[in-house]
Amino acid sequence: MEWLNTILQGILLGGLYAMFAAGLSLIFGVMRLVNIAHGDLIVLAAYVALVTVQALGINPLLSLVIVVPVMALIGYVLQRALLNRTLGDDLLPPLLVTFGLSVIIQNGLLELFTADSVKLNAGAVEIESIAVGGGLAIGVLPLIQFALAVAVIAGLQWLFYRTAIGRAFRATSDDPSSAQLMGLNNSHVFGLAMALSLAIVAIVGVLLAVRSNFDPAIGPARLIFGFEAVIIGGLGSMWGTLAGGIILGVAQAIGAQLDPGWNLLAGHIAFLVVLALRPQGLFPKVQG
Amino acid sequence: MSDVRVRHASVSSWIGTTIVVLATVALAAAPWWAERADLRLLAEIYAYVALASLWNLLAGYAGLVSVGQQAYVGLGAYVLFGLAMLAGVHPLAAIPIAGFAAALVAVPVAALIFRLRGHYFAIGTWVVAEVFRLLAAQTSALDGGSGTSLPAAVVLSIASSRQMREFTIYWIALAQVVVILFAIVWLLRSRYGLALTAIRDNELGARSNGIDVVRIKYAVYVAVAFGTAMLGALIFLQKIRISPDTAFSVNDWTAFVIFITVIGGIGRIEGPIIGTVIFFLLRQTLADLGAIYLLILGVVAIAVMLWAPKGLWGLVADRFGWQVFPLQRRLVLKKR
Repeated sequence: MEWLNTILQGILLGGLYAMFAAGLSLIFGVMRLVNIAHGDLIVLAAYVALVTVQALGINPLLSLVIVVPVMALIGYVLQRALLNRTLGDDLLPPLLVTFGLSVIIQNGLLELFTADSVKLNAGAVEIESIAVGGGLAIGVLPLIQFALAVAVIAGLQWLFYRTAIGRAFRATSDDPSSAQLMGLNNSHVFGLAMALSLAIVAIVGVLLAVRSNFDPAIGPARLIFGFEAVIIGGLGSMWGTLAGGIILGVAQAIGAQLDPGWNLLAGHIAFLVVLALRPQGLFPKVQG
Repeated sequence: MSDVRVRHASVSSWIGTTIVVLATVALAAAPWWAERADLRLLAEIYAYVALASLWNLLAGYAGLVSVGQQAYVGLGAYVLFGLAMLAGVHPLAAIPIAGFAAALVAVPVAALIFRLRGHYFAIGTWVVAEVFRLLAAQTSALDGGSGTSLPAAVVLSIASSRQMREFTIYWIALAQVVVILFAIVWLLRSRYGLALTAIRDNELGARSNGIDVVRIKYAVYVAVAFGTAMLGALIFLQKIRISPDTAFSVNDWTAFVIFITVIGGIGRIEGPIIGTVIFFLLRQTLADLGAIYLLILGVVAIAVMLWAPKGLWGLVADRFGWQVFPLQRRLVLKKR
């Protein structure tokens, strides 16, 4: 029963990892950009939520109304002003610029908020749980988190294949120059993709801030979890990413159950095993 | 056909090489003219020139953008501490062993992370470094996460007097950077260097001209791991204290190294040297600023990447055609 509970918690945690991954794989899919600052942007969103909650005295979950548009705007501006200049055949500039961005965000947050870890309090919802029989209980907050992850992924899937902007994303991804010839403004499309990515980052940041303590230095680990979920699931497949996140979450939960020190290691090992045995991921769609 | 030959040297490389040789001689004599604190600073500078030169070979020439070289700095350091403390190996003898151990580990690691294409390779290297860090934190024989210090007996075995110990470590640090720079110059002048330069300039073109790109990248990755681990071993032998967080620090061993290389000039052997000089000048003036200092470095590196992607030495080299080391290839007619 203890193990069943461990696996259940792992699955719910996997939803969060899938959301770390969704924003990352979205921009990689559209503009072949790997954003090394992705994890630090999640932490930035958490701090934006912190400031919002402190200034307005509202529930952290309600702060999404402000954090999501703020982060989306940051994303659009970041892409248009900085990241679009780095795109091209050479993969060095985007990697190094986003790496520099990661260091800038981390140290900027450190300067503004110190290294002390903080947490947002979402009130009674944090400790509520639903009994599902057999002595098992599911926390309401993890459940909300998982439901949001499924909703985000379903939403992205719908956006990509059913809407005009999704068509624009796919067109610029397949062939940027033809897309431009057909009247798309690639810079703008890329800006929108980054805005969408950071809107997801905002949701993840708020959930992370409510779930556990955070400080300016935890970004890179979030990037790595998201990246591992993407690779385990297989590039280009949204539902695969959800599965990848769940596998990672369950591996970590099982590792932690065996020995607290093996929590993160078990996740990395699951990733390395998938990479060794099935480098295209478990549910691949396109070859990266 | 044999009427032509390749000439590597130029006027600037004669001048440059002469300056480098004279500077090396002067620096080798530093224990006689420098203060104790200066020696430590110089040894740190050598370590960064060497680390950045190796990263430059990896990212600038072979196109393997790693953000996880701290994996090998830390591995080398931990191998040295393990050998010296648990197996009684002389710490100086443990330095080359650390290099070989890292090269041995790099072979399967490369086989695994080379499966990640292009951009994702970078994050894959980071995962490897994290795994190494977590494993080091689990090593209870070396006090796991809290870290450990070298016992006095091990430290004394380097040399009995404190002064001689400091001199020994200083000279090894200088020897490491000289050997690494010399090896890189030699490599770049060889046919493999031609292949690497071709890969740097156009990987597809290099492949279509018959260069076995994967094999060369593999060899460079393993060789760089070898050198990086020996540097890491000496760095922590000098520090005497080790912990997983300092040995596998992404800021110290990757962020600084990348900024140094980018600012100095990536894909050029002179870049890391110029970059290190600028890095230490900035550090001496801005060190009091703490986190702001790293922030400024990040901004400078991004600005350089966007507006002068070849770095400061790239600007100089393009403007004046200078080279410090005899690396260029110019065909000249043989005199009959």
